[in-house]
Amino acid sequence: MRRMIRKFFASRWGIISVGAFIGVFAPLLQKWGNPGNMGICVACFERDIAGALGFHRAAVVQYMRPEIIGFVLGALIAAYLFKEFRPRAGSAPIVRFVLGAFAMIGALVFLGCPWRAMLRLAGGDWNAIFGILGLVGGIWIGTLFLRGGYNLGRAEKTHTSVGWLLPLIMLGFLVLMLLYPQVEGQDKSGILFYSIKGPGVMHAPLFIALGVGLAVGILAQRSRFCTMGAFRDLILFRQTHLFSGVVALVVVAFITNLILKQFHPGFANQPVAHTMSLWNFVGMVLAGLAFALAGGCPGRQLFLAGEGDGDAAVFVLGMIVGAGFAHNFALASSPNGVGPHGIAAVIIGLVVCLFIGFTMRKKVA
Amino acid sequence: MMSDMVDARGLSCPQPVMLTMEKIKKVKKGEIAILVDTDTSKENVSRAATSQGWKVKGVNQDGTGYRIMIAKK
Repeated sequence: MRRMIRKFFASRWGIISVGAFIGVFAPLLQKWGNPGNMGICVACFERDIAGALGFHRAAVVQYMRPEIIGFVLGALIAAYLFKEFRPRAGSAPIVRFVLGAFAMIGALVFLGCPWRAMLRLAGGDWNAIFGILGLVGGIWIGTLFLRGGYNLGRAEKTHTSVGWLLPLIMLGFLVLMLLYPQVEGQDKSGILFYSIKGPGVMHAPLFIALGVGLAVGILAQRSRFCTMGAFRDLILFRQTHLFSGVVALVVVAFITNLILKQFHPGFANQPVAHTMSLWNFVGMVLAGLAFALAGGCPGRQLFLAGEGDGDAAVFVLGMIVGAGFAHNFALASSPNGVGPHGIAAVIIGLVVCLFIGFTMRKKVA
Repeated sequence: MMSDMVDARGLSCPQPVMLTMEKIKKVKKGEIAILVDTDTSKENVSRAATSQGWKVKGVNQDGTGYRIMIAKK
């Protein structure tokens, strides 16, 4: 039985069905309360978590998103069920932290991770086209470095507890949420911050969001779903395996949006989006390059962290800290356009990524 | 004859597949043993080898990882 499930999820239909599952449930999460075209957005949700913890104080984006918690714990469950939990760490963690921080900054200039870029497209937000083009451009630059010998070195097998730390942190976040639940009209409950307006106040009920998060975490751990890997493998190896999962996500999310009457084509007045095409593009070039250099999209990093990868966990923490920087330094965009220092941050991020790409090209022993 | 070997243990995506592809291009035919330490790498390497017309002859547990044997005549 386990063998059959394993084989199915490694197959083309396996990855397509996982993309389709996300394509159904992301728009549904939006219907159940999540912000527009943001049924699932790993970058936005980690940013909201940073807000809930007070790492930044942007009042409109503070919420402990249960989907993220579910992603990590679901991957942990799947890894144990299928005997794939492999505690490992030590492959350039500081580089992964920095890449995570700049990936977040790039994503928040566009206003979305690759998952949300696809969901925005499937909801008719044509600004996403520039974001996706930027994402592909950034990944393409990343493949040039990969061809040139770029790598982050080997991870080592380590103590089981190393692999458990990020899942335990997520479990801790869930406990905090249960201890300090949202109070109607209040911006704080115990030690957690909440939004009383803006996207941070829009969310599906806790247990539904957690349930969908767990399901996606389990399925994505099994199928290795990765939005960055989809384009990377296409460019690098002409392989369409992961790509077919992303296509399934977009097509099914589009159909689901049509059924739910959530498809609103156009550029202007799209939810949690701006129309500055150039910066939608360049922001995602930065994010795409950072994801490519770190070996996974933000969702994939959560699933890897759930199956014991301590380096992926460091990338996740880098993203959460990056969100703090993005809002404290006014780097993140808003529906009005890019933040006052967003452009400078994107340029610095690109320089840092190029520095990492050019200097870490030593062949592995 | 000793078969060719790729040690991709501890390397993250897409390194195991890249190293396998490089080796495949270099030796063109024969046998290659590839060491990986995650199930993801095992699946990716097997898929890549098959796409290049190589056969996966066997996958054996090797320590905490796997030894994948691929071959092409």
